[in-house]
Parts: sequence; structure tokens; C-alpha cells
Amino acid sequence: MTTAEPFIENNKIPDGKPLSVRFGRMVRAQPLGAAGAFVVLLMIFAAIFAEYITPYDPENSSYEFMLVGPSADFLMGTDQFGRDIFSRVIFGARTALMVGFICAIIGSSIGLVIGVGSAYFGGRIDLYVQRVIDIFMAFPLIIMALAIISIFGNGTDKVIIAITIPFIPRCARVVRSSALAVREMPYVDAARSIGYSHIRIIMRHIAPNVMAPFLIMLTAFLGEAILLEASLSFLGLGVQEPTPAWGLMLQGGTEYAESAPWVAIWPGLAITIAVFGFNLFGDAVRDILDPRLRANS
Amino acid sequence: MKSHGLKLAVAATVGLAFTAGAAVADTPKSGGTLNIVVGSKIPSYDGHIESTFGMIHPIRPFYSTLIRVNPDNPSSPVDFVCDLCEGSVPAGAEGGTKFTFKIRKDVKFHDGTPLTAADVKATYDKIVFPPEGVASSRKAYFKAVDSITTPDDYTLVFKLKHPTATFIPAVAMPFNFVYAKKDLDANGYNWHQRNINGTGAFTFVEHVAGSHVSGKKYAGYHHKGRPYLDGYKAISAPKMNVRLQAIRGGRADIEFRGFPPKARDDLVKALGDKITVQESDWNCVLLLTPNHEVKPFDDPRVRRALSLAVNRYEGSKYLSRIAIVKTVGGVVFPAHPLATSIEDLGKTVAGYNTDHAANIKEAKRLLKEAGHPNLSFTLHNRGVDQPYRVVGTWAIDQWKKAGITVKQWVQPTSPFYATLRKKGDFDVSIDFNCQAVVNPIADISKFLPTAGNNYANFADTELESTYDALLKAGDEGSQKALVRKYEKRVLNDLASQAITLWWYKINPHRSYVKGWKIAPSHYLNQALDNIWLDK
Repeated sequence: MTTAEPFIENNKIPDGKPLSVRFGRMVRAQPLGAAGAFVVLLMIFAAIFAEYITPYDPENSSYEFMLVGPSADFLMGTDQFGRDIFSRVIFGARTALMVGFICAIIGSSIGLVIGVGSAYFGGRIDLYVQRVIDIFMAFPLIIMALAIISIFGNGTDKVIIAITIPFIPRCARVVRSSALAVREMPYVDAARSIGYSHIRIIMRHIAPNVMAPFLIMLTAFLGEAILLEASLSFLGLGVQEPTPAWGLMLQGGTEYAESAPWVAIWPGLAITIAVFGFNLFGDAVRDILDPRLRANS
Repeated sequence: MKSHGLKLAVAATVGLAFTAGAAVADTPKSGGTLNIVVGSKIPSYDGHIESTFGMIHPIRPFYSTLIRVNPDNPSSPVDFVCDLCEGSVPAGAEGGTKFTFKIRKDVKFHDGTPLTAADVKATYDKIVFPPEGVASSRKAYFKAVDSITTPDDYTLVFKLKHPTATFIPAVAMPFNFVYAKKDLDANGYNWHQRNINGTGAFTFVEHVAGSHVSGKKYAGYHHKGRPYLDGYKAISAPKMNVRLQAIRGGRADIEFRGFPPKARDDLVKALGDKITVQESDWNCVLLLTPNHEVKPFDDPRVRRALSLAVNRYEGSKYLSRIAIVKTVGGVVFPAHPLATSIEDLGKTVAGYNTDHAANIKEAKRLLKEAGHPNLSFTLHNRGVDQPYRVVGTWAIDQWKKAGITVKQWVQPTSPFYATLRKKGDFDVSIDFNCQAVVNPIADISKFLPTAGNNYANFADTELESTYDALLKAGDEGSQKALVRKYEKRVLNDLASQAITLWWYKINPHRSYVKGWKIAPSHYLNQALDNIWLDK
């Protein structure tokens, strides 16, 4: 309780101001983060309301309109099967977000449990868990994902597994480092001396205090997951036709890069904007939640 | 657009004419390394079990065959020449039931072992009479063979049960690599899946998985003066765009399988007369193969509905712009006299009626009658761009229009074949019938339930007996009648498999690559002993 008031003062967000004012201040304080949040919200909107936004079924082919350039009828043109690229890009947001959120949430949540558990129990458990994490972290994300795909096969569900697994050790390592510090805090010692159970100490006293790095990892993973899904689909190992997915669309478009560049440009742009947006948003979340960065600012 | 198209056509024609004219005047030059790009991986090195260009393009140059299609006239379905035999290809004696081959005496395997008739016999014993559990993809082509004997070290005799026109073309198949008897005896029938010891124009140097296969000139090659090349490198490049850019950028000289029209146009536009284009009809077709052991594909009504839902005529018109497919046809190579006309197919076979609305209506009726009005399944496909993924995506779209929901499951070549051959855990799979020599009666053996490479998992005695009768049919009239009967049984009554579209072969290559002539198959003319580089 003693730290609560200075926290608010330092951040100069007084209670009682209208939401619009607070929102305006936040946008001024974090303009890039706000831009990132706008992209994220736009993607979520597109993913949820894709059926209402898109003029055509993204999987329906109209062969008489193969490789038609952008026009009033087809805002972003059509692909080699005569499918509307705008509709596929919008529905592609659904695939990207679904994979991104599932992988990021599951990966970071399991990482949270492992990281906190490893730090709290320490000793041999920590030693063994960290060595296993070392092994996993020795592989670059894409290599690990490719290895997992080669074991489980391809398809959306397999891609989710392939992306989630490499996230777990990365989150666990970061969360553990914070949890190690929290474990030594007097209130944790006090809880132990009162005789609280391990679960209660972890859930009530440690986990809430490592939420900042957890949320930072979570938001960072969202962009990474989208990029990884697109990479795997581009390599033909991820989502398969006719599912609209940006990486897959980009891959299909490379054959027509000269004569019909719009086939590759739009999904490429969508991937770029989405990842950029999530990264900006993630950075802003980190700036807000990291006390050191907050103090510097 | 017209002007641009005209320029491309002129450039391609000039390229062709220039090459044709130059070929007459040019004298082959020795030296150099041919860089080939190959769009699929190598499931194994064993030609007797494989059916993929992924194997034959990089591996064929290490081996010889008893006879082969004339490399200087590969378009002809009847021009065969000796490779390991001497003189000309024998005519059948004793009423066409006995073929005697004289084996060359100057042939050695790459490990130094001299070749004798015993090696050729051991090879054909493996292909024609494989022991239980040993796969042979072309066993069905040799159903007429009664015995194989070697009266002496350099004579080989095939005795047939009855005369058949399919025998010599079957022997000329480029997959019939001749192996050393000692290798088979000492190491078993699986040894050649992972080891190479042939008598071909090139000796094996290395295979770096996922990267390349390379070979160097075999000094002891039996066709004197050949090969012209010092060596070759078959570079693995599963992505079509990578192969295309490799040729465009000069990293590769040729791709033997074929590019879609769009890729040809891009290359000609970019490189002009540095690119020569050869084109041909292609004895190759993709099939839609339902697994009859998986419900509801045990029901012919469901299988027929799948075929009915596919609009082949629309596919021919539009897919031919983006893929290496073009021609509508039945089980026989459409350009062959034994092939059924489109009109006749429309009258007798489900899915060939030009009234596609009626086809869709019938498909829906059949599915409803079979108790599967909202059928959904997974289409198993091979991870090769052209034309597998294109045709797979097209088929899914076609089925969707008939109310069938389909997901696609794509596997790289090796696991793709493992699924077809061993696991069998698929609903419907894309499969292919790509043959080397145009030999319709042998080619359609693919559809026999007992064929080693039919993955539909069913049995049908009527089909087998029709085929047996076809093998023995002497005149073209009765052959045609039996082909019709066989085709109707396969595509309509059983609907055991469905034909998509026949392929069209387009081979743009660097103009300095000389001596190679396009064939109606991407398996033919791959020994590389006639190729030279005019650099």
C-alpha cells in the first residue's frame, strides 16, 4: 500500500478524469503504441466481422477472372484461381490471429507455470528444468518449428503445436528470472512462515508479481507467432489451400511476381503491417509495465 | 497483350527453328557440367519400385536398360534401340512369343564387374517375378511373360504366354535399371534403394540429401564416344519459382519435367534467344484416388459423385493457363488412336458430360441416395507445386460447388508415398499415372486392382479379366472395344479412380544445351549421354 500513491503520481494519471482525456494522454505518451494498438484492433475487427466486410467468399474461384488487377470489382485484384484477394486478406487475418493468440496464450501460460515453479522450488528441480530449457533454446524458433512440423506433419493444428512449443521455454526463462527475485521478498518469507501451501504462495504472492514480464512476452509472441505461421505456410508446411492464410498467398504469388505482382504484394503487406503493429503494441506494453523504463521516461 | 503474345511466340519459334537448324550442322563438343533442377526429392534409388521423376532425373544417368526409346527420336512410340543388347531390337519369334536378346560383351558395371545375361535375367526376375513382399511397380506390364532364361552368358530369352504388342515397349521403360546379379544375391532386393552400381554414362559421386546428386563421366561407358559431358549435377529445388529463377539466372541449364505457360513466357521474355522452348503432349495425368477401404468411399455412388462434380472442360480452359495440364481424356493418352473421343466419353462415363449443371445435380442426388448429402473428407496431396497443388486446390473448389467440404493434407514426396503404399490412412488422394513409353495397353494397367501402384485398395475380377483379354487382343478393333469396356468399368461403374486433366509438357532450357529432344514423357531421354554444351 505504501507504494501505490507514488506510482500514480509518477505516472500523472489522476483518477476521475474522463476516459477520452486519459485515452488522449495515453496516445500522446505512447503514439507508436497507440498506432500498434490500432492495427491490432483493426485486425481483430477484420477477423471477427470478415463475413460482413468481404464482398466474396475467399475460397470461391471464378476462373473467368483469373489474375485480374485491382479494380472497383476486386479491390486488391484476384489470384491465379480467380479468388478475390481482398476477401482472402481479410479472412487471412482470422487465420493469423487465431494462430497468433492460441500460440501466444498457451505458450506463455505454460511458460509462466514452468518458470514460476522452477524459480520457487529451486534446487535440483530448477537445475533440471533450466537444462531442458537450455536445450530447447539452443534452436532458433523457425528451426524448432520446422523440426516439430516434420514430426507431426502440417496443417493448422500442427502449426499451432509447432509454434507453441518453442515459446514455452522462452517465456519460462524470462518469468523465472523475475520470480527468483520475488521469491526472496519478505512477504514470501512471511507467507512461508505462516505455513501457506506452495500453491497458495505461488498463485497469490509470486505469480501476480511476475505479470509484467509475462504480459510483455505474451504480446511479443503474438507478432512472432503470426510471422512464424506465415513463414511455415510460405514453405508449404503450414496452413494448406484453400484456407486463406497470408504466407500461403504470398507463396502462391511468387510465381506471378512479374506479371501479377498484386497477388504477392497484398498478403506481404498484411504480414508486415500486422507484425509491425503487434511489435509496436508489445513495446508500448513493455514501456508501461516495466518499472525501470517507466522511471526513465 | 496480343503484340506481347506474338513476340513471345515469335521468340519461341525462332528459338526452336534456330536450334533445329543448328543441330544439323553442329558437331557435339565434349566437356562441361550440366546443371539440372529437379522439383522433387528422391524416395529411393530403386527404379523398379519408384515412379517419380524425383528419382529418375537424378539417378537414371547411372544406369543402363536393355533397350530404350531412340534418344534421337523420342517422340515416336515405336522407335526402340538397343542399349545393353547388340544389333537391333529383336522381333518376336514363334508367333511373337519368344524374344531373344544378344547382350553386349563390352559392358562393365561401375565397380568393374563385367555385365552378362545373368545380370539382366536377375534384374527382370526382380521386376517380373518379385518374391512375396518385394514391390515391383511395373510387374503388371509383364503379365504375359512366362519365363526368362539365359542359354549362354550373352543371350537372354523372354518366353511369353501369348503374343502381345505391349512387351517391347514395356522392356524399353527407363525405370528398368539393370542391376548386377552379385549385388542382388549378396545384398538382397532392397540394397538398390540406398546404393548405386550401374552401367550408365555417369558414375555416382555424391547425394547430399535435400541439396543435389552429382555424377561424373564414366570412362568405360559402352556407347563409345559418349557421354559428352564431364558430369552433371541434379539440384533439388522443390519450388517451381526457384527452378525457374535458377534457369533464368544461369545457375541451372535445364529442367526436364516442365514449366507452366506463364513461366515459359517469363523466361522467353527475359532471355530471348538464350532460351529454347520445346513442347509436347504429355503421357501423364493426375488421378483422384478414393480409398475404398475407408467409408463412405467403399460406395461407388460416392466415388462417382466425386468424379461428376469435377468440371474438366472448364478446368482445361482455365487451368492450362497456370498449370501444366490441358487435355480432357479418359484412361488412354488422348493423342493415341486407342483413346476414346470426348463425345463417346460424355455418353458413357460419369463426369464427361458437357452439361455440368446436370453433372452437379446427379452428384448431389447420388450423395443423398448414399446417405452423405453433406460429405466432408480430407484430400491427400503431394507437396509438389506443378500440377499437384494446383489441381488439388482446383478439385477442392469443384467439390465445394457440389456441396462437398474438403480439407487438403499435403505431404512431401517420401511421406506422401509412405502414406499411399504402407499406411493407407487417407480418404482420397491425388495420384498420378505418368508413363514413359506411350503404350496404352500397358499404361492402363495402373488401374488394375492388382497393380503394384494402384492405391485405391479394392478388388475386381471383371476388370482383371477384361485386361487379360486386352493383352491378348490381336487387332486394333477388338483392342478398342476392350479398352472402352475397361475404361467404363474403371471410370463409371466402379468409379475406382477419377481422371483429372492430361498434362502438357513445356521445356524451356538454355539454348547452349544441345542434343536433348523432348518426348511425350518426362521419364524418357534422361540417360544424358546424348547431351552436350555449346558454350
